[in-house]
Amino acid sequence: MGTGAQSLTLLALLLPFLGAIIAPVLTRFLKHNAAWILALIPLWLFIHFAGFLETVAGGNSVSGGLDWVPSLGVRFSWYLDGLSLTFALLISGIGTLIVLYSGGYLKGHVQQGRFFSFILMFMGAMQGLVISDSFLMLFVFWELTSITSFLLIGFDHDREAARRAALQALIVTGLGGLSLLAGLLVIWGATGTQDLSTLLASGDAMRESPLYLLALVLVLGGAFTKSAQFPFHFWLPNAMQAPTPVSAYLHSATMVKAGVYLLMRLNPAFGETVAWETILPVFGGTTLIVGTHLANRHTDMNLMHAYTTVASLGLLVMLTGFGAEKAIEAAVLYLIAHSMFKGALFMVAGLIDHETGVRDIRRLGGIGRAMPLTFAAGLLAALSMGGLPLFFGFLAKEEIYAALGTGTPWATVLILVAIVGNALMFAVAFMVGLKPFIGKRGETPKKAHEGPPLLWTGPLVLGVSGMIGALLSEPAHALFSSPMASAVSGTAVEVHASTVPHIGLPLLLSLMTIALGVGFYLMQERMRDGVAGSLKAIGWGPDRGFDQAMRGLLRLSFRVTKIIQNGRLDIYLTVTFAMVALTLLLPMVIFDELPSMPDMPMLLPHEWTIVAIAVIGLGAMVYAKDRLTAIVSLGIQGLAVALLFMLFGAPDLSFTQFMIETLSVVILALVMTRLRLSPTDHRPAGEKAMDVTIAGACGLAFGLLLLKVTQIPFDDTLSQFFEAHSLAIAHGRNIVNVIIVDFRGLDTLGEIAVVMIAGLAILALIRVTTPPKQPVSAREGS
Amino acid sequence: MRTLIFRTAAPYLTALMLLLSIFVLLRGHNEPGGGFIGGLIAVSAFAIHGIAFGVHQVRRTMYFHPMAISGFGLLLAVLAGLVSLPAGAPLLTGLWVSPTVGGITLDLSTVLLFDIGVYLVVVGSITSIALALEGREEP
Amino acid sequence: METVFSILVGLFFAVGIYLILSKHVIRILLGIAIFSNAVNLLIFTSGRIVRSTAPIIPMGEQVLPAGAANPLPQALILTAIVISFSFFAFILVLAFRAYQEMGVDHTAGMRVAEPEGERLPPMGY
Repeated sequence: MGTGAQSLTLLALLLPFLGAIIAPVLTRFLKHNAAWILALIPLWLFIHFAGFLETVAGGNSVSGGLDWVPSLGVRFSWYLDGLSLTFALLISGIGTLIVLYSGGYLKGHVQQGRFFSFILMFMGAMQGLVISDSFLMLFVFWELTSITSFLLIGFDHDREAARRAALQALIVTGLGGLSLLAGLLVIWGATGTQDLSTLLASGDAMRESPLYLLALVLVLGGAFTKSAQFPFHFWLPNAMQAPTPVSAYLHSATMVKAGVYLLMRLNPAFGETVAWETILPVFGGTTLIVGTHLANRHTDMNLMHAYTTVASLGLLVMLTGFGAEKAIEAAVLYLIAHSMFKGALFMVAGLIDHETGVRDIRRLGGIGRAMPLTFAAGLLAALSMGGLPLFFGFLAKEEIYAALGTGTPWATVLILVAIVGNALMFAVAFMVGLKPFIGKRGETPKKAHEGPPLLWTGPLVLGVSGMIGALLSEPAHALFSSPMASAVSGTAVEVHASTVPHIGLPLLLSLMTIALGVGFYLMQERMRDGVAGSLKAIGWGPDRGFDQAMRGLLRLSFRVTKIIQNGRLDIYLTVTFAMVALTLLLPMVIFDELPSMPDMPMLLPHEWTIVAIAVIGLGAMVYAKDRLTAIVSLGIQGLAVALLFMLFGAPDLSFTQFMIETLSVVILALVMTRLRLSPTDHRPAGEKAMDVTIAGACGLAFGLLLLKVTQIPFDDTLSQFFEAHSLAIAHGRNIVNVIIVDFRGLDTLGEIAVVMIAGLAILALIRVTTPPKQPVSAREGS
Repeated sequence: MRTLIFRTAAPYLTALMLLLSIFVLLRGHNEPGGGFIGGLIAVSAFAIHGIAFGVHQVRRTMYFHPMAISGFGLLLAVLAGLVSLPAGAPLLTGLWVSPTVGGITLDLSTVLLFDIGVYLVVVGSITSIALALEGREEP
Repeated sequence: METVFSILVGLFFAVGIYLILSKHVIRILLGIAIFSNAVNLLIFTSGRIVRSTAPIIPMGEQVLPAGAANPLPQALILTAIVISFSFFAFILVLAFRAYQEMGVDHTAGMRVAEPEGERLPPMGY
């Protein structure tokens, strides 16, 4: 990769974030038309990444990066192969359409600029995620998608449902992100690699590691939460609280596909083990069945899309974990197909909602004539979703059945799961893509008419490209499917599925699916009631569980806080000083570091006198019965300290201490005369005994510590430096003062700033007058 | 405390102590003393003045608000530190000049300026604290 | 000499902490004043003590006389004294104001920020 392309890719990584900065400003001036300009960013990304298609289709990969923390070997690096590139193109391609669409959808919204900003940030995070090479970068972008999706889902933050959905998505995917981080660290520990490209090239290193299972479970924790696998699926339908463009983007090509991306990415290193080929299909299959059933229960188009998204993700996980090349091919084809038709269907649903004010399919009907372009887009997408010939979804479904049709019992079970799931999805596809447009005209709050170009461009482009992709299947496979499937399976794979039906088992199964799907479509009412009834019978779901868990957490933290932060200063202080005594004493005792028995102290008589004065002052403090004694004894011990400084070679300290003690006594006297506080101690005997013990232990600990310190040799390097250089380079003879104002000038600057801040704070405290709580007259009386 | 003797002696005492404080400040680099100690002596001087004549009188004597003096001191200290930057030395490096005025060589330095800043901060802040507490007595 | 100082420092700490542990604001204040003296003496002693030779280079000399005191702890303590005084004055005023506002002089009665019997926070989103 040349330096030009390298810096361009770096720019591509940063550009969405730069766009996010200018978006609000741009929107202020251009209103919704800013979308036309902002869409140029993803468009340019699309063109930039499309430039790599030739290289990647040739079986090569593109990588580059910058050193981030060279000492730890951490790099900011990217790696583009078939998988990353297809994802990058989907993200930027659909991103372009979404930006345009949201320009029309949120036209006139006060916070449209903020919305553009969020969606561009999200795009940048997603883009970074799929082309990251280093684990660290992968994780950072992974979490960034969680955070930006939180902002997007909670965009209508004045509604509680939106706030709840946003928080739920953040917590579920964020916890998954932590699990992923742990998994990546385990991989790092097990194989010593910290980027994906080396991990993929490491062969069986991961599979043979004893930590394989641990790493697998942790990574799956990340992937399953992000990709909404049962039982973590509940956040995805709730995320429909977001404006439709968000749902269309997050749930078609991006956010929720990140988990699938991760699984596909790790397949060469993690796949083909019993654990992998059991866990993935089981979870994926369950999710597929649960998702499709729940989708059929609802009549709100957005919720139906949400649950079919869950189901599709389940299908993808199931296929990725099936462990055959064909299944990988099927997963790849289905992923591409799903990104296009689901994006289109979401936008169609939003468009219908926008133009008619209704999202309930029971109340919609016959609007096809009023909204022909929307109808076309919806129908094209539904045909692809239903897997009918001439559409990309058909290729995917053929490939699925071809892959699963191996005849083993396990594959047969999965095939049944796939048939039921696909048939149910077929039914949903036509409920949302066909039913609203045909039949009797329903009553709607707004009179249906075609939306503006900003709104129908996106779904139409996606719907049509689902057909073009299938008709031109050979070049599409050569450019996208084959390189991607090769990257996922780790060996060169060529995809050949075409839209011409071949007579065989897959076609038969397809026909069965379609027949079953038509049946489901026709008896939709009865199915809806059935699913609703059984859900009512169960009565509990992970969604309610989430609420219960959150409430439990809140209660628990409240209890813990009440114990730790009980609001009683004396308890805080007791605990603190007890810990101080323990931390000082225990190591000394355990490691036998107690000071040796000191020699008999040799002091001169006047020195003994001053020590005695200090002790008397301290004793008088403890036993002081009135405030005058207390203040005077405070002065006495301070004076004794000043004299000690004087006697032991510290005249500066002595002066300062003397002045300070005088001032302390003065201000204390000033305050105390008005406080009328008795310093007498009224503690009960038990409490007193405990305080004496703790204080005594602390005193003993500090004394022993100091004794031990003075018994070991003194390192006077620093002092010698100051002594040697004080006169020579700082021209001062009073070394203490030279240290204060010259050598350690910055410290002193900080200290005088503190003195000044304390002065200001005191002034503020004295001057502040709180509004009287009682009536003024009562206050004056007191 | 407002006895006649005290009130008579107080102005002289205050003036002497202020003079002493400046002396202690200036000799600090070579003898015991310096900004902190000098500042505290000056605070004591103002405190004595305040006890003799009341807070209001001290505030008039000081002319500036004590916190303003403190702030000016901090500014001075920072400026003294910044001087070394144009000279290409790190922040707060001491710079010395020795001009000769009327036959006497004066050793002037940014360090001295810094110490004066310390002195002013201490004088301003702590006088302000003491006056604020004393001043509560008066209406 | 260090032995006597160590014992004395221990005593300062013990008395200071004993006063801080009492629940009366004024005793806590006195305790804090003693506590800062204890810390200063601790630093002073751990820099080793010598008798009566200040760390000042005499006029005409280029180096300190032998056996002079260690200047480094002195520089640390000097600023510490002034700062702990400002801090002491601050908490003194704080206690004074708290007493004026709340009318209590023991810490158990000062429960404005963390009142007793606090309710569970609301359970919404």
